[in-house]
Amino acid sequence: MSRAFSTHRKVLAAAAVLTVTGGALTGCAASGGGDGTTEITFLTSNDAPNPETAEALAAAFEEEHPDVKVSVEIRPGGTEGDNLVKTRLSTGEMADVFYYNSGSLLQALNPDSTLVDLSDQEWVGSLTEEFTPVVSTDNGLYGAPLGASFAGGIVYNKPLYEELGLEIPQTWDEFMANNATIAAEADGVAPVIQTYGETWTSQLFVLGDFANVAAVDPEWADQYTAHQRSYAEEPALLGFQHQQEVAEAGYFNEDFPSAAFQDGARMVAEGEGAHYPMLSNVIQTILQNTPDAVDDIGFFALPAEDAANTQATIWQPNALYVPRSTEGAELEAAKELVAFANSEAGCEIQNELLPPAGPYAGTCEALDTAPPLLDDIQAYFDEGKAANALEFSSPVKGPNLEKVTVEVGSGIKTAEEAAEFYDQDVENQARQLGLEGW
Amino acid sequence: MVATMTEVRPARRRRTAGSTSATQRSVYPSWFYLPAGVLYLVFFAVPTFASFWFSLTRWTLFDTEFIGLDNFVQFFSEPQLSQGFVNTLIYGFVTSAAKVVLGLALAVLLTSQLVGRGYLRSVVFFPVLVSTIGVGITFKALLDPFDGVVNTMLATFGIEGPGWFTDPNQALLTIAAVDVWKGLGIATLIYIAGIVAIPQEYYEAARVDGAGRWQQFRSITLPLVQPATATVVILSLIGGLRSFDLIWATTGGGPGFTSDVIGSVIYKQYQAGFYGLSTAGNVILFLVVTAIMVPVSLLLNRKEVDR
Repeated sequence: MSRAFSTHRKVLAAAAVLTVTGGALTGCAASGGGDGTTEITFLTSNDAPNPETAEALAAAFEEEHPDVKVSVEIRPGGTEGDNLVKTRLSTGEMADVFYYNSGSLLQALNPDSTLVDLSDQEWVGSLTEEFTPVVSTDNGLYGAPLGASFAGGIVYNKPLYEELGLEIPQTWDEFMANNATIAAEADGVAPVIQTYGETWTSQLFVLGDFANVAAVDPEWADQYTAHQRSYAEEPALLGFQHQQEVAEAGYFNEDFPSAAFQDGARMVAEGEGAHYPMLSNVIQTILQNTPDAVDDIGFFALPAEDAANTQATIWQPNALYVPRSTEGAELEAAKELVAFANSEAGCEIQNELLPPAGPYAGTCEALDTAPPLLDDIQAYFDEGKAANALEFSSPVKGPNLEKVTVEVGSGIKTAEEAAEFYDQDVENQARQLGLEGW
Repeated sequence: MVATMTEVRPARRRRTAGSTSATQRSVYPSWFYLPAGVLYLVFFAVPTFASFWFSLTRWTLFDTEFIGLDNFVQFFSEPQLSQGFVNTLIYGFVTSAAKVVLGLALAVLLTSQLVGRGYLRSVVFFPVLVSTIGVGITFKALLDPFDGVVNTMLATFGIEGPGWFTDPNQALLTIAAVDVWKGLGIATLIYIAGIVAIPQEYYEAARVDGAGRWQQFRSITLPLVQPATATVVILSLIGGLRSFDLIWATTGGGPGFTSDVIGSVIYKQYQAGFYGLSTAGNVILFLVVTAIMVPVSLLLNRKEVDR
């Protein structure tokens, strides 16, 4: 779900890469073939720092395998990218290696008939038990992780907490009490940052609350898939209600209707806002835009009503896949590239360009230089208080959640109306997938 | 000038007379139609008819499953559709009415004796030439409620500007206003052509009878530009009902669903991967536009004949 980052930079990067790959392709067409070089393509998404990571991996891989040439291709992110990936897979035109979401979005690609089973690969043994199912079906394992997992919850400004003598809230009421203190004592600081200029950022109150739902009702995800649970009822309804509560208390930054993701990252980094309900990999944006503030950023899970149920919601990393349309020497080279990304050299590139905001899912290990927010997230794992986000436990996710949560935050719909609306919205998705009980 | 005109005219008349009396045949062989015909068939006719088929299936791009009219049933039960439908009608009629009124007023102004008339005509027409997406993004920046030029300027006069695209009650009307700004040039152009075609003798006769400016407008200009009005109404109403690009570039149907129209609902379904459902939506949009436009255009054209 992370789709963000400045548009014109994307365009520039895409243009630059197109020029480069264009040149490489024509160069190879003239000289290639006879000298035994294999050429493969690597498709990644345009959200920074993905293109940079792909280029670095390709360059390092070529150095290790002089007989293979890797061309990086760039696709748009978000739903536009989903359509592009589906179209290229269904027409047999997919790049030899491609980078895409794990979990429910992967399941929508029909992996059993479109992707190469990678379960015989060496790196498979190193995968965490949380990651393995989100890239697998009953018939095979299809993806290798690229980048670390990340958490969804509250990204907060640590100096502000110290200044006001606040404690990390364990319950929702404590969180609201902290907000009240910030509103009263910190002049000009928004207790909670919202950025509806990019609607996907509005979903965290609901999506980031899922681990708390799972703590109350461990069967929730399976029952939801079977149409036996809904958002209109507790405990899932609480996510919507919490968002409404914060909105009605007037805790949002003044420009929340038009602010963008980058604005939110800047505000929490510079202490203009205290809490940003966001994915922890926002730290990669902060590292790029305001590197001095990285140490000031901490993370805590969205608090549940009851402290015993407060857990961190975890997003599994995206992964690299190989399509069925790739065969022969290209297939071998593609598998080697996937393995390389999870080798020691590959991990070095991941640590440098995709600094971890959660534990790795495969062979890689975080360095001491990793952002301090990583420790906050690791603590939830060590206590066994982390659970996967809903999109990794159920294929059902309605396309309009981000619009619905904008409506709750803007006071257009109440939490109850919004939850009911969203329950109706997911029906399309469930029917499209041919699930039973819908 | 006059001499050449009189020379050319009889020649042209003779040629047309000759060709009609001989046969109805065109000078060019009919297979000249072939290239255009093939393109039309491949890129328009085939996809159109294919879409009728796909609208009856559940389509994942990987495979299709025939599900009868389920998509249509589903489309009509979409919670966001009712608002999208109302918004489409509001948007279509508001933009169309504004273009008729403002277009006619500007055309009257720009056909009068005015300093820099040619320049002003270009200025009015210029927005038509700019890409809609470009216009959308530009206005989004100009009308940003906090950093936008417009609200910053209003603030210097002590006025707190509204949240143009972010206020749920205002978003749709703001987009409609931008649409009018962008599309007004075409309406004005059509009206200018209509007004210029009215013979000056009528005005002279009216002036001799002592008619004022308003009476001349009311009794001569207005009835005689009726064909232009019909064209403007039809064009802008079809455009308004099918509108999508400007809305997508400015609000994406938001905040929430408050500025959604049928076009943006369909696009969001397509984005979500509901290919069959969104195709059904397009078939419905086609039928709705036809159902509104056929009577409107019959009505307008009948009036024209009556006169």
